[in-house]
Amino acid sequence: MAILIVLFAVMTLLSSVFFTERNLQNLVMQTSVIAVLAVGQLLVIVTRGIDISVGSILGLSTITGGLAFGTAWGGSAVATILIMAGTGLAVGAVNGIAYVYGRMPNPLIITLATLGIARGLALIISGGDSVVGMPGLVVDLGSGLVGPVPWAGVFLLVVAGAASFLTRQTQWGAWIYAVGGNPEAAARVGMPVRRVLVSVYCLSGVCAGLAAVLVAGRTDSGFPQAGQLSELDAIAAVIIGGASILGGRGTVSGAVVGAFIIGTIRNGLNLLDVDPNWQLVTVGVVVALAVELDVIRAALERRFQAVQAGRGSAGASA
Amino acid sequence: MSAPFVLEARGVVKYFGAVCALDGAQLQLADGEILALLGDNGAGKSTLIKCLTGVHRPDAGEIRVDGARLTMKSAADARAAGIETVYQDLALFDNLSPTQNFFAGREQVSGARLLGRLAVLRKRSMHAETLVALDRLGVRIPQDAATVGLMSGGQRQGIAVARAAAFAGRVVILDEPTAALGLRESRAVLDIVKRLPEQGISVILISHNLDHVTEVADRAVVMRRGRVVGEAVPSDETHEQLVGLIVNG
Ligand SMILES: Nc1ncnc2c1ncn2[C@@H]1O[C@H](COP(=O)(O)OP(=O)(O)OP(=O)(O)O)[C@@H](O)[C@H]1O
Ligand SMILES: [Mg+2]
Repeated sequence: MAILIVLFAVMTLLSSVFFTERNLQNLVMQTSVIAVLAVGQLLVIVTRGIDISVGSILGLSTITGGLAFGTAWGGSAVATILIMAGTGLAVGAVNGIAYVYGRMPNPLIITLATLGIARGLALIISGGDSVVGMPGLVVDLGSGLVGPVPWAGVFLLVVAGAASFLTRQTQWGAWIYAVGGNPEAAARVGMPVRRVLVSVYCLSGVCAGLAAVLVAGRTDSGFPQAGQLSELDAIAAVIIGGASILGGRGTVSGAVVGAFIIGTIRNGLNLLDVDPNWQLVTVGVVVALAVELDVIRAALERRFQAVQAGRGSAGASA
Repeated sequence: MSAPFVLEARGVVKYFGAVCALDGAQLQLADGEILALLGDNGAGKSTLIKCLTGVHRPDAGEIRVDGARLTMKSAADARAAGIETVYQDLALFDNLSPTQNFFAGREQVSGARLLGRLAVLRKRSMHAETLVALDRLGVRIPQDAATVGLMSGGQRQGIAVARAAAFAGRVVILDEPTAALGLRESRAVLDIVKRLPEQGISVILISHNLDHVTEVADRAVVMRRGRVVGEAVPSDETHEQLVGLIVNG
């Protein structure tokens, strides 16, 4: 959070445009997409997993939603949104079930596979072209304002609020942290570890489908390249937000703050006319640094623990 | 006929590949008894208790609880029968708080019937009950402890033992609970163990420390190469006899 405030201050100094209503609205609209993806990614990372397919799921969902809107039965906004979320759920379920019941050693390869599959399907069923036209409600969610506040921000608050409640206040929430912290112990105390794991990949997919609603709404279209490389932003947001890639640790609010840090960096580099390719480099570097910091923190904690234990026995025998 | 044993292993055999970890092990635990399980490294002690608690399925032989044969498919079946275990490899969640550890897997919730797994946690009630249970066994932990990962070995073991004691209806099994602890911390754990029979709980205690065993156990059985090879009432007089059994069988 402190980092975010400093970033805001620095950007305000560097660019006269940054702290204007227009730009802040723009920032919220762009960042809400990253943040919704990050909320889903957080759930996965808390269980020691990773989901790199979310960008492709986002792209595929804009296409299925857009195509459904063109048909009679998918004509309503609610149906379009449900189809996008459902597309995400379907791919997420494939990820989770293949990983857990296929006994894969880690979730990286299966989500890499669906990264390819979902993007390929998006290109195939769209014929490579964008699908123009989204229901009014979707357009409003992606680009509309309530007073000065973008609907996308409100949408993010609802998604993040629900996820925050689920992770902090429910039994399922307690279990994802337990499974991430010590999967063997979780199984020993009778938690349904496999179903917990499947559930987080399903929800990550749903979040990607919901992020697709915002992207499709902002552009009033579905396009097969939507969300390309946004898995990088989502993972970066989660790690910067204080979650541990080693599992068992991280909060929804942290992930949202992390998303805003990434969003502000991207927005700022844009305003400063930095080549967009350098944005990618920057985010990549930030991810690498954040993961390394996380690893170092864990190592320091283990050392502290050893010192504590040592002090316990030394103190007793003295 | 006398009352049946609370927990009994009859002729339990367990192979890991070609390794014979248990070769017809027999064990009987009487009501209210503290039974020590001794034996050299690799004797099969941990494997035997894992068979008694549903973690491993024996290749042959049977487990009886209160005289009735019980086939356990998982550790949950043992817990349902009132048997709680503190394993050698602790199995705490380092990233969770003492309370979360205490209630892991059996969280108190409201609205379970309506919401299923999304039922709302009753955090305050769980926290209060955890403090009471820790206090009852004299386990002291830092007031505002966030996670157990940063606690001392004795505090962690105290939480694990108190958790087992709080939820066990009948039996608590402890696999080397003092192995990693200093003198004072061992003391605290032994004091906890001694109090368990007052609460109607029988105990199986695995330990390499004969002094500890002599202090708390009513009876000691010795394992060697997957079998129980002898037993004695632990005391200073039987000390050498027990050492002999451990070393030579
Ligand atoms: N999961 C396993 N896979 C393969 N072999 C095992 C496994 N568990 C135990 N063993 C083997 O079974 C034998 C008995 O091991 P066990 O852990 O029961 O001994 P122990 O009496 O508890 O020893 P210690 O005092 O060192 O804890 C050993 O030879 C061990 O290597
Ligand atoms: Mg052992």
